[in-house]
Amino acid sequence: MTTPEDRKALWRQMLRIRLVEERIAELYKNQEMRCPVHLCIGQEAPAVGVCSRLRREDYVLSTHRSHAHYLAKGGDLKAMLAELYGRADGCCRGKGGSMHLLDLAVGFLGATPIVGSTIAIAVGAAFGSVLRGDKRVTVAFFGDAACEEGVFYESLNFALLKSLPVVFVCENNLYSVYSGLSVRQPGGRKIFQLARGCGVESAQSDGNDVLAVAELAARAVAKARSGGGPSFLEFKTYRWREHCGPAYDNDLGYRTQREFQDWRRRCPVAALREHLRADGALDDAEAARAEREMLSEIDAAVRSARKSPPPAPDQLLKGIYAGATATRKRIGGRKRCRAN
Amino acid sequence: MPRELKFFQAVHEALDLCLDRYPSVYVMGLGVPDPKGVFGTTLGLQEKYGAERVLDMPTAENGMTGIAIGSALVGMRPVMTHQRVDFALLAMEQIVNQAAKWHYMFGGRARVPLVIRLIIGRGWGQGTQHSQSLQSWFAHVPGLKVVMPATPADAKGLLISSIEDDNPVLFFEHRWLHNIAGPVPPGLARTPLGKARVARPGRDLTIVSVSHMTLEALRAAEALARDGVSAEVVDVRTLRPLDRATILASVRKTGRLIVADTGWPTAGFSAELLALVAESAFADLKAAPQRVAQADCPMPSTPALANACYPRHYDIAALARRMLGRRPIRRPGRPPAAAPLDIPDDSFRGPF
Repeated sequence: MTTPEDRKALWRQMLRIRLVEERIAELYKNQEMRCPVHLCIGQEAPAVGVCSRLRREDYVLSTHRSHAHYLAKGGDLKAMLAELYGRADGCCRGKGGSMHLLDLAVGFLGATPIVGSTIAIAVGAAFGSVLRGDKRVTVAFFGDAACEEGVFYESLNFALLKSLPVVFVCENNLYSVYSGLSVRQPGGRKIFQLARGCGVESAQSDGNDVLAVAELAARAVAKARSGGGPSFLEFKTYRWREHCGPAYDNDLGYRTQREFQDWRRRCPVAALREHLRADGALDDAEAARAEREMLSEIDAAVRSARKSPPPAPDQLLKGIYAGATATRKRIGGRKRCRAN
Repeated sequence: MPRELKFFQAVHEALDLCLDRYPSVYVMGLGVPDPKGVFGTTLGLQEKYGAERVLDMPTAENGMTGIAIGSALVGMRPVMTHQRVDFALLAMEQIVNQAAKWHYMFGGRARVPLVIRLIIGRGWGQGTQHSQSLQSWFAHVPGLKVVMPATPADAKGLLISSIEDDNPVLFFEHRWLHNIAGPVPPGLARTPLGKARVARPGRDLTIVSVSHMTLEALRAAEALARDGVSAEVVDVRTLRPLDRATILASVRKTGRLIVADTGWPTAGFSAELLALVAESAFADLKAAPQRVAQADCPMPSTPALANACYPRHYDIAALARRMLGRRPIRRPGRPPAAAPLDIPDDSFRGPF
């Protein structure tokens, strides 16, 4: 069960992500952010609901649509925006772009755009936690299309085999680029049941209801942390904007205006705000003040990102290999790990 | 008299020493703890270090590579093993898109210390999918390191260096090397990555070789010496990063180059070395550089056809004689009964 303060924090997180994404969409037209962006507007709730139930040291891995996961896990906003601008102060020093975010200080281990690949890497991080004997939980965020990849099944299999502390979070937004589920998966398929069929405890809820998300996540995370093994959560949600880029793309005809409007009416941010208002936990003045504060934080982050210099030209051929640092100390010689 | 080990024992010793020294090292692969222990290279390690650190794995090459990468990101040093290179092709996505790029694309903030042992099959009818020598694929990719030892000492020394390295390393073991013996120093005796080895000094001709072809090159050099030709053999050892300086210095000295590779010639590693000398030592060349490589076709199973596919020492020697304007010698058409061409030596009784 969530307290009013807890619910307010969830609303603030979602609103902040929404405002960041809207700002990116607005700035993108200036042609200064020269990398593909996959905005998460409309599907903020799974990221916020799940990450709200994690500790700072827990691990998260994500996909091409990773802004919400990165921010919800506590990733640095200035470093993210600088990365989108391709600057030296970016979280990847300009070498990653929007599709490769990372903030190790908060356990955000990375995001990559090859569909399904980070699921296995997340299971590996969880395996590493078991071998090292730490108590971290790892979350793998991915979409409905990742469940069509072989690596998805390979990952579930090993997570179960070793009872690893990992939570698989499927954000089912119905589309893989412009290809709907009906052309990709058999009719009537429920993705969470597919995972259940593999033997992983699975559940689903409305992916636009952040409270429902947080509740399922809390259970799955607690189970993982106590050695109970993996869980699979499916959250149906919807991206409002185009697959890649700042615009709307309903004119393309791959989805209907009606479908879009139905989902838009179920905005996760507005729904929680209504809920809080009805409870008397958030009045309009406080909401407006919170929004103003967030906008000025975003203004400052954009200014800072744009002020950051581009990486020096000699960085092109640097950092291809990690340097020779294999001293016994660095790689932890002799100290016994739990395995022994 | 220095201590001698077989190549497979040297690999075993490197794994044993690293497991003992570094708690972050673990060894994983299909068949690693089975009764054959990957050609003897992992025998007894599970008993010694426990099933958490020496483990079998599901037959899921791509997913398990991702899992190894993920564990490396959080501080482990996995050593994966595939009984054939051919099986690792299922893992190309994780190796090339993820492991190779991770350090660079995240601005140097993360590392993937990962070793993948890949065994190249040869002979005894291995056929199209158990005999490929695909080192060139991996050597093409910035971010990967590619290692091919030819001696027991280097098998141990290069494997220790690979495990201690903070990057993804593809470690190629040729099946025909596992049973050769040679001196191996005790303890954590490292062979540095990125350094070629002059295996035999010479004046008239340079043979640059990888892996098992180094043995063939040395045999060819011996035969040539009997005819008064002095061949230098340079064992590449690390294909990426490549020790260009040692190779170029040798070619500048001799003016003649033969590359002996276990893989195919087209767009292969041998082509890279020919390009290297064409670009950087052209003026020193006394003859057009040449190469000896696997026949440019899928590998048939029957020895009747396969024997002509795998290059041998007499192919290298014949080419060398041609480059030097010497009288040609004939390639043995059929294997003499005493020296069949589909096995490395008499100790090999099949089946793989």
